[in-house]
Amino acid sequence: MNFDDTPQEAAFREQARAWIAANAPKQYEEELRKASLGRTQLKGANVLDVAKAWQKKKADSGWACLHWPKEYGGRGASPIERVIWQQEEGAFGKLSAMFIIGHGMCGPTMMAFAAEDQKRKYLPPLASGEKIWCQLFSEPAGGSDVAGLRTRAERQGDDWIVNGQKIWTSGAHYSDYGILLTRTDPTVPKHKGLTMFFLDMKSKGVEIKPIKQANGQSEFNEVYFTDVKIPDSQRLGAVNDGWNVALTTLMNERMSIGAGVATGFPELFEFCSGLMLDDGPALDDRNVRARLANWAVKASGLKHTSFRAISALSRGERPGPENSIGKLVAGSMIQEIAMYALDLEGAAGVLSGPEAELAGKFQAMLLRAPGTRVEGGTDEIMRNIIAERVLGLPGDVRVDKDVPFNQVPTKGRA
Amino acid sequence: MNFDFSDDQKQLRDQARKFLAEKCPPKAVRAVLEGKAAYDRELWKGLAEMGFLGVAIPEGYGGAGAGHLELCVIAEEMGRALAPVPFSSTVYLAAEALLLAGSDGQKKQWLPKIAAGEAIGTLALFEGKGNPSPQGVKLAASGGMLNGVKKPVPDGAIADFAIVAARTGSSGRETDVSLFLVDMKGGGVEAKVLTNLDPSREQAELTFRNCKAEPLGPASEGWSILTRVLDRAAVLTAFEQVGGADRALEMGRDYALDRIAFGRPIGSFQAVKHMLADMYVAATLARSNCYYGAWALSTNASELPEAAAAARISATQAFHHCAKNNIQVHGGMGFTWEFDCHLYYRRAGALALSLGSQSYWEDALIDCMRKKNAA
Repeated sequence: MNFDDTPQEAAFREQARAWIAANAPKQYEEELRKASLGRTQLKGANVLDVAKAWQKKKADSGWACLHWPKEYGGRGASPIERVIWQQEEGAFGKLSAMFIIGHGMCGPTMMAFAAEDQKRKYLPPLASGEKIWCQLFSEPAGGSDVAGLRTRAERQGDDWIVNGQKIWTSGAHYSDYGILLTRTDPTVPKHKGLTMFFLDMKSKGVEIKPIKQANGQSEFNEVYFTDVKIPDSQRLGAVNDGWNVALTTLMNERMSIGAGVATGFPELFEFCSGLMLDDGPALDDRNVRARLANWAVKASGLKHTSFRAISALSRGERPGPENSIGKLVAGSMIQEIAMYALDLEGAAGVLSGPEAELAGKFQAMLLRAPGTRVEGGTDEIMRNIIAERVLGLPGDVRVDKDVPFNQVPTKGRA
Repeated sequence: MNFDFSDDQKQLRDQARKFLAEKCPPKAVRAVLEGKAAYDRELWKGLAEMGFLGVAIPEGYGGAGAGHLELCVIAEEMGRALAPVPFSSTVYLAAEALLLAGSDGQKKQWLPKIAAGEAIGTLALFEGKGNPSPQGVKLAASGGMLNGVKKPVPDGAIADFAIVAARTGSSGRETDVSLFLVDMKGGGVEAKVLTNLDPSREQAELTFRNCKAEPLGPASEGWSILTRVLDRAAVLTAFEQVGGADRALEMGRDYALDRIAFGRPIGSFQAVKHMLADMYVAATLARSNCYYGAWALSTNASELPEAAAAARISATQAFHHCAKNNIQVHGGMGFTWEFDCHLYYRRAGALALSLGSQSYWEDALIDCMRKKNAA
């Protein structure tokens, strides 16, 4: 049991560290380090521009999408090397937020299902951040029930005509391309009538409307399709086999375990360390100590769980469904922590933005946190994954399983 | 990074699990819980023969000299099996105190006997209510004689020797506390078995009246030795707790798969699935914290106090969480004497209160983090 790199890993880490030290946009390091959930702002600069420039620089020197093959813009690195890179990239990794969907999900899906010439055309600019991709899966009628989607694609010669609506599409407003899951046969059970495509987000008939979130920001969008034409050559996988293609996409999410998940705990501990309550320092207060200790062991438990996963990667094993616990634990934790920090501020905790303690860091966290528990699978879906795929419990009863999609009820109360 | 046990250590785990499954089924636990015997003598002998009692004791003192990672592996299995033997008191507390502070003579006298299963040891620290603190040590030592009362003392009535925390000064500082080694057969100490939450593991009250004792370690360093012993024992106990938590989770999972209600296995109901998923999450976080504790223990890292506190807190939470929800999954059956659920629930409660309660470890953790932050 040790925390040491193998000689090869150590050499790789050294190389990555040296390159980052020489090339990273250090003028933003402090701001990035302090950025917490719900707030990444850079004074006097547009985050998107800074992020694209950093990604391009990485790509030009072979540090982008490390685990992708070289011919598609990657480095052909091992999963463990990718983890080492994420550890070394540290706060600068926060600049990758807008590329995560493209790099983590769209890219691997293209790699598995697109034609060779398409891969060579689309993947390198995706890796270098010149083109941004989004993933068009969720719909108003199917959130956690992804396969319940209703956007339809109908064949018309060499093209498909798409009509419908997507929702919760991260970054659609600045994306160049997207992968799109559609219904191509409503007369069969839901999983059997889906087909996957990729498309140019500037196509005629695509309309993008940012969604204003509960916290006032807009990271997600509604995307409307009105007679959008997609060539059949941009189909990914066989007609009506889209569910299997989508599963490939979703499975790839799990590979990014290196950088560790945000819990809000370091921020809370730092805040409490300097805080005076009416009867003395907050860290002397029995109640404060009990709450902090409870979250501290969750945060360290998550950190060391990721170290165990990294060890498995290092041995050449693939991460399993047990890695679903990170988001599940961190999501509600960050929400509780944010509210607790405000509680410690007393009545003034209600103020936010520049008026507030720490420029409203915890207020911003509180308002963003509910999203963490929903995006990429709700807490309930995460618990189902653990119960079914780790503990081997039976799947939920699915009354729509063998029913043709167009006969599945659409309203709860008639 | 290799944040995992080695293949050899995993093999040892399999060996211990197999041995305990055979020699320590639930009915062996019940025999101690419901009977008159203080512990399972056959099992104790068997553990000695397997080399498990001396796994972390150096070869020069009659042990296997394997190390503390190996001891962590065995501790987890002892917890899974709820082994009704004085393992934690003898191996985590008494042997660790001897290894840390004992003279060569003291080590030679007791460690080989521990490894051979011929001596049971314990640590007499508590004096009624309260958490470990120098002020809580009232039992007085003077002229090599102890006078006072200790309770609860794990396995105090069956111990062959005890490490006793005593007051040797009145400065009001930690340095007032010293440790002593008492041969329980030497007279001057009277033991009374106390009723406790988990009768598969005994607790006693020890009354010392002009009891002859020899010093263990330097006179003024008793408290600092004690806190180190507690940190080490906390990691080992945390592994026992994780072993228990995992087993309680498995029992709940198995029952949820077998039991049919409303025409379905109850494990197909989301409310039950989610309860079991949360048990898994608690046990997994605790296990990961324990691994960090094992690393710190085996390398004597300066992070040990923080790692021990984190392992201890999360393992206590996890065992309680899994044991109580295992009963809940079993419904009414889970609350019967006949089902084994209460054995885990009792042990979870008893282990949570050994070595100082949750709040002691919370304080320890926050103090460590505060110090690190200030540095």
